[in-house]
Amino acid sequence: MNYPDLENKTVLVTGASRGIGRAIAEALAKQKAHVVFNYRGDESKANELAEHLKSLGASKVGAIQFDVTDFDMMKTNIDAYVKENGPISGLVNNAGISKDQLVLRVKPEDIDSILNVNLKAAMVLTNHLSRQFLKAKDVSVVNMSSVVGLMGNISQSVYAASKAGMIGFTKSFAKELASRKVRCNAVCPGFIATEMTENLEEKAKDHYLQAIPLGSYGETEDVAALTLFLLSNSSKYITGEVIKVDGGLYI
Amino acid sequence: MEIQDKVINIVSEAANVEAGNIKSETSFIDDLNLDSLDMVEMMMKMEEEFGIEIPEEKTEDLKTIGDVAKYLKDNAN
Repeated sequence: MNYPDLENKTVLVTGASRGIGRAIAEALAKQKAHVVFNYRGDESKANELAEHLKSLGASKVGAIQFDVTDFDMMKTNIDAYVKENGPISGLVNNAGISKDQLVLRVKPEDIDSILNVNLKAAMVLTNHLSRQFLKAKDVSVVNMSSVVGLMGNISQSVYAASKAGMIGFTKSFAKELASRKVRCNAVCPGFIATEMTENLEEKAKDHYLQAIPLGSYGETEDVAALTLFLLSNSSKYITGEVIKVDGGLYI
Repeated sequence: MEIQDKVINIVSEAANVEAGNIKSETSFIDDLNLDSLDMVEMMMKMEEEFGIEIPEEKTEDLKTIGDVAKYLKDNAN
């Protein structure tokens, strides 16, 4: 698919170093977008990714150093980037972590770290960018939720709660800024083939596959395809929506 | 132009109300029916026009045209 209006659009993707975030950054680069991503510490890896995105066609690439949970650093470094390169009009809140364990083993500090990265960081970042969203045109925010946030999952109570929280946040933000034509939608991936699923045992893989009507894991590109659509003006009449990319896992 | 006149011009445009009907004691919320998002946008326009930053927590105290004009006068660069 080609989305001409994504050309030169400045889109910030968090957690773009691997998995779904990386696929989204690559897909944006192929649309000739101005792709901006954050990196925590490894500058040479960030440069590598920047070069990679340029080679795919990105009109411009920006690597901003911040950890999504270091709110001061996030704001300072984003402001500096925007001052030099112009406002951000697309945001993909994708950075996320998971630590699977039964509710009865969950420690309070695990709850803090998962909620901080998966939910609070997205809210703080969106809040911080809202002012420039009011001035920019064709603003679209895509929040990475999860099918687990809709259906729950054993050992993923905290992760599921953070992803369900993302949906409430998405709908509220969509309502708040709809009058200013700022859109916000949530994407709920199911089982997507990433490093995480590669490491599963064969038995577990079979078990999961049986639950997916379309009979296979999703690919990161499947999630990226939907994200591009939601960032583009092709979805200009869609806001506050929650869309699954799960092969029918949760029907 | 007086600061207050400039403020009135900005508000007049933002609220779609004739400048002649806006006075120093005109309240954004009670008289002009602006909502909180309108207020944020208007303060952003003030910031642009006057080249200063109005911290979010200060905006709660700025209820009338006069309040804003006074704040801008006191904090002008």
